[in-house]
Amino acid sequence: MNQLIISAATEGEVNPLMPNLWEMGVVLVGFLILLFIVVKFVVPMFEKTFAERAEAIEGGIAKAEKAQAEASAALEEYKQQLTDARTEANRIREEARAEGAQILADLKEKAAAESARITAQAHAQIESERQAAVVSLRSEVGTLATTLAGRIVGESLNDDDRSARVVDRFLADLETQSAGAAK
Amino acid sequence: MHLPAILPWGAAEGFSKQMLLVLLSVAIIATFFVLAARKRQLVPGKLQFAGEAAYGFVRNGIAKDIIGGRDFIKYVPLLFSLFFFILVNNIYGAIPLIQLPTFSHVGGAYVLAGLVYFTWIAIGVKKNGLRYFKLATVPSGVPWFILPIVIPIEIISNFLVRPVTHSLRLFATMLAGHLIVMIAGSGIEFLVMQENILLKGTSVLVLAGAIAMYMLEALIMVLQAYVFTLLTAIYIEGALHADSH
Repeated sequence: MNQLIISAATEGEVNPLMPNLWEMGVVLVGFLILLFIVVKFVVPMFEKTFAERAEAIEGGIAKAEKAQAEASAALEEYKQQLTDARTEANRIREEARAEGAQILADLKEKAAAESARITAQAHAQIESERQAAVVSLRSEVGTLATTLAGRIVGESLNDDDRSARVVDRFLADLETQSAGAAK
Repeated sequence: MHLPAILPWGAAEGFSKQMLLVLLSVAIIATFFVLAARKRQLVPGKLQFAGEAAYGFVRNGIAKDIIGGRDFIKYVPLLFSLFFFILVNNIYGAIPLIQLPTFSHVGGAYVLAGLVYFTWIAIGVKKNGLRYFKLATVPSGVPWFILPIVIPIEIISNFLVRPVTHSLRLFATMLAGHLIVMIAGSGIEFLVMQENILLKGTSVLVLAGAIAMYMLEALIMVLQAYVFTLLTAIYIEGALHADSH
């Protein structure tokens, strides 16, 4: 340290405002090298990073907005579809109800027709059987009556033609009477 | 306290310790910022974040605020290089064993102030043509009879005094700080060497003062780097917008 003071004292003659040219040269060259590196590499790299970052943030915001728009569009679509589906379901239900009613009516009609047909058939059958019964009754009743009358009279009423005529007339009288009563 | 000089101290010729430190500062700054900027990640790591914060301080805090407009980015490299070149070379003065702020020798300050001087004149002429010298020296809105006084003052203050104050401000603060710390150091050494125990004890007081001065000096080192860069930005802005001043 004392040496320093001594050296400072000996250098006291030197004006501190007078520069050392070699030092000036080194500072100039050093600074220009630094400036070159900064211009060439440091500033472009930092600026690029900043630009990319800004772009990434803005791009992210744009992307989020787009996603939001898409989501709301999809929601609208789903709502629309839901409404459509509801309308469709209602329509189908109404149709089914109408169709069911139609089917029921048809069936009822068919059943009525069938029952009418069966009834008519039964009527016809009954009528024909009654007719047959009447015919057979007519002959049997005639025979029985003549036999019974023969026994009561004691002689045979063998004159079949005559007896048959009497019986027929009697029965015809009966029929006209019952028919008149029926009326 | 000092590393030995590579060649005789303050040598008029040859390679001094100071020159080595200047080149070392270039290597430190370039390496740090190239490493920090190289990865270019959208989400920065620690190194990149530190680099971006330092770069953003000069870019936004000085260039954008003072120069503004869309063109400020053109001047960011110069301001950025100036700030960190001066900062690192000043802080050498606060690092034990190195303790030599480059700009405590006036040459470096002359070089940087001269570069800035020619840069802002060139910017002014490029922007406004030769009319720039009229714009820079003849203030508008001044009565004609005052102009003979004002014009010489403007010429002296803008074109003669400005580069001198710009360089000497940096040089003087660094030299003064360097001297104060050095004097305090040798004062402590002197007092400790005394036989008288009481006199020896007073060295503690000097030490406390020296530490306070050291802190102040460290603050001034950062501040002067900022002031030098800020003034450069103000000069460039004045040259760009000479017609509105």
